[in-house]
Amino acid sequence: MAVTRMKDQTPSQPSEGQVQEPAHPRVLIGAHVAVKGLSHSYRKADGHVLEDMDFEIHQGEVVALLGRSGCGKSTLLHMLAGLTHPSEGQVVINGNVVEHPSPKWVMMFQAPSLYPWMTVAQNAGLGLKFTRRGYEIAKRVPEVLDLVDLGAFANRNAQELSGGQQQRVALARSLAPRPEMLLLDEPFSALDAFTRRSLQQDVRKIAKDLGLTLVIVTHDVGEAVRMADRVLVLKANPGRIAEDTQIALTEEERGGGTDAFAREHARLMGIYAEVAEMGNAPTENDFTRLSE
Amino acid sequence: MSDVTQLSGQMARTGFSLPKLGRFRGLVNGALGIGLLLVLWWIGGWIVETSDDLFAFADFAPVPTLSRLWEMLMDGEVVAMSGPSLMRVGLGLFYAIVIGVPVGIMIGRMKRLNEVANVPFQFLRMISPLSWMPIAVMAFATWDGAIIFLIGMAAVWPILFSTAGGVRRIDPAWLKVARNLGANPLHMLFSVILPAIAVDVLSGIRLALGVAWVVLVPAEYLGVTSGLGYAINDARDTLEYDRLAATVVVIGVIGFALDALAGQLIRKFNWVRSDWH
Repeated sequence: MAVTRMKDQTPSQPSEGQVQEPAHPRVLIGAHVAVKGLSHSYRKADGHVLEDMDFEIHQGEVVALLGRSGCGKSTLLHMLAGLTHPSEGQVVINGNVVEHPSPKWVMMFQAPSLYPWMTVAQNAGLGLKFTRRGYEIAKRVPEVLDLVDLGAFANRNAQELSGGQQQRVALARSLAPRPEMLLLDEPFSALDAFTRRSLQQDVRKIAKDLGLTLVIVTHDVGEAVRMADRVLVLKANPGRIAEDTQIALTEEERGGGTDAFAREHARLMGIYAEVAEMGNAPTENDFTRLSE
Repeated sequence: MSDVTQLSGQMARTGFSLPKLGRFRGLVNGALGIGLLLVLWWIGGWIVETSDDLFAFADFAPVPTLSRLWEMLMDGEVVAMSGPSLMRVGLGLFYAIVIGVPVGIMIGRMKRLNEVANVPFQFLRMISPLSWMPIAVMAFATWDGAIIFLIGMAAVWPILFSTAGGVRRIDPAWLKVARNLGANPLHMLFSVILPAIAVDVLSGIRLALGVAWVVLVPAEYLGVTSGLGYAINDARDTLEYDRLAATVVVIGVIGFALDALAGQLIRKFNWVRSDWH
C-alpha cells in the first residue's frame, strides 16, 4: 500500500488533510433533483427493477444511494443522468424533465475510461470541446487539473498514470464543463484503500467548495458515511427506497477514527443489514470487508 | 577432468557464439537475408546458363538483370513504368478506403446489419478479384477504369473487415462517457470512433495494399500500354529476359517499400502503450 501511495502522490499533491484554498469560482446553484413516481422494468414480463420512487435531492447536497448488488441503484443513477429512460414517472432537474444526457449533470464510472490516444489535458477538455466551448479549454483545463492535483501531468499520456490518478483525470474531465451535479457510479471501487479514501475526501470537498450536488452509488457503508450528507438505502426485488437517513457528522469527524464516526457507521450498518435482510443485527467486524 | 569440462564449456560460450550485433542487428540480419537470396538467384542463373535446354534464358541471372536494372534506372524507364502502376493502385486503394471504412464502421456498430451482410460479404470476398475481369472490361469504358475496379475489389475486403473488427472492440464506456459529456454523432465519429480504430483501419490498409500490389500485375496484362504488368508482358514478347527480371525486382522493391511505409504509419498512430493500466 505504501508503494501505491507513493505512486499516486504527485509533485504538487499536498499531504493528507492539508486544506487547500478553492482554486475555482463557486458554482452557487447545484442541481435540484425531483424523482416523481418513477418505476422501471427492462422487459414488461420481468416485473419492476425499480418501483414507486419519490424523492428529492436538494441543491448542493451529497446523497449516497446505498444497496446491495442488483437493487437497481445503478439503473437509478443512469436515469438521473438521462442515459436511461424510466418506464414510468420522471426525473426533474431544476424544473426540467430529463430526457437526454447533459454536460450539466455528469456521470463518473468505476473505470476512468480515459481516451488512451489523448494527453491528460485533452481528456480533461473533452466536455468543453463537445459543448462548443473550445475557447475555454486553455484557461479552464489547467484550473481543473490543479483542482485534482494533476497540474504537472497535463501533457502526459493518460496511459502513463496510475489508477487513482486516472480517476482524478476523469473527475477533472467531469468538472471542466462546470456541471451542476456529479453522479458517481462506484467510481472508487477499483482503487486501493488509501487512494480510495483520499479521493472520497477530495471529491466531497470539491463538491462542497463548488456547491455541486453529488449523488454516489455505493455498496460500501464506510464510503457512504465518509462522503454523504444523506443516505437513501435501497432494497432489492423490486428496488425501493427503504430508508432515508441523514449522516450527522462534521467534516473532521468524516475522516474516521472518532467515536462519532464509529457510531454513525454502526447505525448505518444496522439499517443496511436490516434492509438487505441479512439476518441478525451485525457487529462491526462482520462488515469490515463490505465497508472496505 | 573438471578442468577439461570447464575448458570445453568456455569454448562453447566464447568460441561458437555469434557476435552480438546490438542496434545493428536488424540491419545486419536483413543484409544477410538479401545476400542469401542473391546467392540462390546466382546458383539458379548458373544452372540455367549451363543447361543445354535453358541457356536461352541466361539473362535471368543476377548480373545481366542488375546491370539492365541500372540502365533502366538511369534512363528513367523505371519511373516511367512504375508511375502509372502506382497511380492505379493508389486510386483502387482510395476507392476501397472510401467504401470500406464507412461500411466497416456501420457493420461494426449495427449488429443486425452485420448479421445480414456477413454471408454476402464473405461470399464476395472469396471470389478471386481477377475473375471479375471480363465483367470489368465490359462495364468500364477505359482499361484504366477496369484495372482500378479490380484493385478496388481486391482491396476493399481487408479494409472493411479490419475496420468492423476495430469498431466492435471499442470500449463501450468510451461511447457512454462521450455521450454523457455532450458529444453529437460527429464528435463521436471524429473524436472517439476514428481515433480508437485508426490502427485497425491502417492494418486493414496495409493488408489491402499487399493484395492490391499482387493483383496489379495480372490486371495490367489487360489492354493498357503502361505500367509494370504491361512491362513484364512486353519484355516477354520481345525476349528481353534481363528487362523482365529487372521489372520483377522493381515490383518487389516497391511492394516492400509500400509495406514498410504502412508499417511506419501504424507505429505512428498506435496509441497502445505496453504499460497500459
